[in-house]
Amino acid sequence: MKEKDMNRQEGRQKSREGVRKTAEENRLFSAKNMKLLTRPFGADNPVTVQVLGICSALAVTVKLQPALVMAVSVVVVTGFSNLIISLMRNTIPPRIRIIVQLTVIATLVILVDQVLKAVAYDVSKQLSVFVGLIITNCIVMGRLEAFAMANKPWPSFLDGIGNGAGYGLILVVVAFVRELFGSGTLLGFKVIPDGFYEAGYADNGLFILPPMALIVLGVIIWIHRSFNRNLIEK
Amino acid sequence: MENLFSLFVRSIFVDNMVFAYFLGMCSYLAISKNVKTAFGLGVAVIFVMLITVPVNFLINKYLLAKGGLAWLAPSLENVDLSFLSYIMFIAVIAAIVQLVEMVVERYSPALYSSLGIFLPLIAVNCAIMGASLFMQEREYASLAESTTFALGSGIGWCLAIVGIAAIREKLKYSQVPAPLKGLGIAFIITGLMGVSFMCFLGIEL
Repeated sequence: MKEKDMNRQEGRQKSREGVRKTAEENRLFSAKNMKLLTRPFGADNPVTVQVLGICSALAVTVKLQPALVMAVSVVVVTGFSNLIISLMRNTIPPRIRIIVQLTVIATLVILVDQVLKAVAYDVSKQLSVFVGLIITNCIVMGRLEAFAMANKPWPSFLDGIGNGAGYGLILVVVAFVRELFGSGTLLGFKVIPDGFYEAGYADNGLFILPPMALIVLGVIIWIHRSFNRNLIEK
Repeated sequence: MENLFSLFVRSIFVDNMVFAYFLGMCSYLAISKNVKTAFGLGVAVIFVMLITVPVNFLINKYLLAKGGLAWLAPSLENVDLSFLSYIMFIAVIAAIVQLVEMVVERYSPALYSSLGIFLPLIAVNCAIMGASLFMQEREYASLAESTTFALGSGIGWCLAIVGIAAIREKLKYSQVPAPLKGLGIAFIITGLMGVSFMCFLGIEL
């Protein structure tokens, strides 16, 4: 029964893509699987292209350190929730799938939160409610609906990791810009030489304030789309 | 009373859900193409927040917080279930959204036809979950305080989405650099709106 099921899915995958499944594609890190992992960094970025998950996390981009921790938390949650839902996808009744997905996500987020509290208490205090808000981050839910419900566990896991990391990348870039220009530090270390300050350079306090995160993100989208002109909206 | 009023104004303008905490950005960007639907969603958010936050407050106070179970039996005084709050809050929100949808459909079909399509979306709106988590984090002491906070945050969110929808309607007629069209310019406008909201920062009530 299980074998039949698997065959059916393989058949579906084959017919959809019209490609013959070769030994090459059966490998764990085949070109196709790697593509799932790398696409979210560029042409299919969850934040700048799919417009998912901007919600909670921009607030943690004032400094680089909390942004990195947040990025890792999101990667863990997206990866494992995709894996778990993909393993259960044939037993979940479609009508109640949302609540099942939410329960899985919430459980993972609680685990992440407890680990953070135990290992890195200071950062967990800085992140405050935003770890909890990973639950309602549309990116997790979006990938579950769009990918994990229809694909095998291993590709789903990679897709989750890739999307979480693509999202983390944006967070880290925004945090890098904001910390560098806002406080002249990176990860808490002074990077702008004292000579600059003596010559009249001053930290731009505006970068610390929340609105600047949005403007930096807007500029990132601008740059990204000037290089990928097919993404431009009409 | 004065305290409540101050909290109300603060949660609308100073601690605005969108401009200060970036909450509910997904639906904020997706449903802000015209003012009418934006207003519908805004009202639905106010409505759902006003119900879920007080309910979550009671759950937090009498079930989850340390010593919250003491009313049940004195021996449970040391039980601290607050690690369960995420899963409880999201379950409560999902359930209440379903319930509200059914009640509104049964008793007020007119309201349902204007709010109906937005209600399911709201279950995963981070602003709703965020309001409940902030309520827990900031330790609001009474039901009145958390209700006022919920009302204020909801109105603040509604104000933000109606504002950006109005600007985006006018934006159709302006020349925006091609790569910035749509999403990019929406972010930058939100940022600028945030800057203008910052002028409320110094207000003490």
